Amino acid sequence: MKTNKNERILLGHGSGGKLTHELISGLFMKYFSNPHLDLHTDSAIMRAEAGHIAFTTDAFVVDPIFFPGGDIGKLAVCGTVNDIAVSGARPLWLSAAFIIEEGLPMAELERIVAGMAQEAGKAGVEIVTGDTKVVGRKQCDKLFITTAGLGVIEARHLGIGTGEKMIPGDKIIINGSIGDHGMAIMSARNELQLSSPLLSDCASLNGLIESVMKVSGNIRFMRDATRGGLSAVIGELVRGRPHGLVINEEDIPVKENVRGMCELLGFDPMYVANEGKVLMVTAAADAQKIVECMHQHEYGRDARIIGEIVPDHPGKAWLKTCVGGNRIIDLPAGEQLPRIC
Amino acid sequence: MIRYIDEYRNKEMVLRLAGQIREATSRSLRFMEVCGGHTMAIHKFGIPSLLPGNIRLLSGPGCPVCVTDRKFIDQAVSYARRSDVIITTYGDLIRVPGSSSTLDAEKSKGSDIRIIYSILDALAIAKQNPGKKIIFPGIGFETTTPPSAAGILKAREEGITNFYLLSSHKVMPPAMEALIDEGVEIDGYIAPGHVSTITGTSIYRDIPGKFGLGCVISGFEPLDLMQSILMLALQMERGEPKVEIQYRRAVRPEGNPKALEMIRKVFEPRDDWWRGLGILKSSGLGLREEYSDMDAEKTIPVEVEKTREDKGCRCGDILKGLATPGECKLFDRVCTPLNPVGACMVSNEGACHAWYRYRT
Amino acid sequence: MCLSIPARIDSIEGDMATVSVGGVTYQANLQLLDDVQTGDYILLHTGFAIQKLDPEEALETLQTFEDFDALNRQMDEEEKKSGERII
Repeated sequence: MKTNKNERILLGHGSGGKLTHELISGLFMKYFSNPHLDLHTDSAIMRAEAGHIAFTTDAFVVDPIFFPGGDIGKLAVCGTVNDIAVSGARPLWLSAAFIIEEGLPMAELERIVAGMAQEAGKAGVEIVTGDTKVVGRKQCDKLFITTAGLGVIEARHLGIGTGEKMIPGDKIIINGSIGDHGMAIMSARNELQLSSPLLSDCASLNGLIESVMKVSGNIRFMRDATRGGLSAVIGELVRGRPHGLVINEEDIPVKENVRGMCELLGFDPMYVANEGKVLMVTAAADAQKIVECMHQHEYGRDARIIGEIVPDHPGKAWLKTCVGGNRIIDLPAGEQLPRIC
Repeated sequence: MIRYIDEYRNKEMVLRLAGQIREATSRSLRFMEVCGGHTMAIHKFGIPSLLPGNIRLLSGPGCPVCVTDRKFIDQAVSYARRSDVIITTYGDLIRVPGSSSTLDAEKSKGSDIRIIYSILDALAIAKQNPGKKIIFPGIGFETTTPPSAAGILKAREEGITNFYLLSSHKVMPPAMEALIDEGVEIDGYIAPGHVSTITGTSIYRDIPGKFGLGCVISGFEPLDLMQSILMLALQMERGEPKVEIQYRRAVRPEGNPKALEMIRKVFEPRDDWWRGLGILKSSGLGLREEYSDMDAEKTIPVEVEKTREDKGCRCGDILKGLATPGECKLFDRVCTPLNPVGACMVSNEGACHAWYRYRT
Repeated sequence: MCLSIPARIDSIEGDMATVSVGGVTYQANLQLLDDVQTGDYILLHTGFAIQKLDPEEALETLQTFEDFDALNRQMDEEEKKSGERII
């Protein structure tokens, strides 16, 4: 395999010629290598089990591209894996298309690609196909990544993505603290000093979800909470549905320094982005053992039951506040933070 | 545990206060808060749901963004369109609707508009960009005026000659009195906590005697708000309206004399226009003559479009507590946080915004 | 905008201080206050310390709740005894 001599990405790296070839074999193939990719074909051909396929696509434009706890590459793998996993499917294969700004330091691209490979390996997925384009300076901001993901899903899990099986009495569970990703990005953008570092919670949750699905066959609904925060996902649990829900604010885990930053900057943690959090709705009888199962996993140590589905106020989500008051949980109003993922 | 915050969010104490309020009086009472921070806190913690049915809370004109003339935004927009201008602004102003545009829209069209957290950041930008005029739209009541004053003094001290203030700073008391004069029926004010850290209690002195209303200066945590409501309820029950400080950890009767002196040094009172209340005498602050070289309005002439108000927008009435957001025909149908018509919906602290988000 | 938050002064350099809130540190300008020291708590607003927090008053405010309770209970007792409403 050839090594890259250039220190920065040049327009030529995207032209399909010698430089492109060098970049692909010297960088992408070096890290992503797997039987499918190594064939260098235009399409990856995989054999799937008969049944249903889960398919997702995502684009990543986070700014800055490196942030405490991760980078745009790790985010791309985790975000795609999670979209598949929260549908109740097992993620298998990813594609990754890179749009690179001319002038991006090669070392930064390498760091990102290496990180993606590592995360993919951890999640047990393969990056089987990809693409590289380079655009002139200022025509994109350093690096954008687009992905697609494929997975397989068993027939009995088909209702998880739509949530059609949710009923009053079901419990609402989250796997850990909220607002970490958004505030990690904020701290990176504003160069705020922190006494203990605030890390993005960016993580592939398929392992956690799989272990939960082994202990319980009664997962009614799952969603990963990304931009828009917990409140956006909560909205999806009730909008247009015949039931409502109540969340107990004091049960929602929030890290101390996330709270501090939110108070300082005037944010509500419920509206701050996450990248490693899944909201699950489960049968009440299974809720406790699901939480205990999550506690055994590195991404579920702070899992809590935070609320329940109720027959009252259909379509609306209410919050029992930390002081015993009541108020509606509404969608974020489009403010908060741009280019958070 | 975040000190000076979490102790005042104790659920048991709050619920006990709710019980005490219930027992304090059975009179039908209406209290108004005139501070955007209070509006937000009241709704975020669900305070109305903790109160007995005989006590109602009303939101008043406490949100500086909400009471600012649309013309102010039009002026900022006109300045923003100049290629030799950098607008440095607090984030709150960026999406407030002007007659035909917002600073956010101008930013996306290429104007140099930067969100800053402190006026000191604006001074730094001025120093880094000697060829440009740095204009700072200053809004806010007595809490935010001292930082503006400090900024002006620092600019003078450091010989910064390309920094300008476009002032729409206002003071609270004329509005509090005007509301009563307009016939808004309330029994007491939950007085602004952070304004009072600067002003002290003297600005409310005349209100109990003149209008028979209590004024309790409140903190922002649930315990503070509930205790203030209890204090107001007891005042009314006893027939003893007066000025009291609930927020004693931060508010002293004399306020912050150093900050007051700085305001006095840099600003002078002038008549000002408030959305919903019209012109109020001596309710605004403009730069004194000796600082007029830093007054954007006086030194940088600019053409401003004719101010256009939206029909149907009831921000004015809502700011006076004469209508609730739900009673505005545009609320939620046309006017939403994503698509705001009036300032009460744009600002995080606006009554309509809080109502929309929290529906308490 | 009204957002002012209690922060602890960790160190002072001239007219600037490093302050912290729940583990996050920030810079605050001290020009609006006299007589502040490391360890004091101040209210931070748009990059300025606008007032110092009084720890004794803070504690008293919390204790007042206890007092209200005790006072109320006492008044209830006396009301029951005399049959009159005490204000």
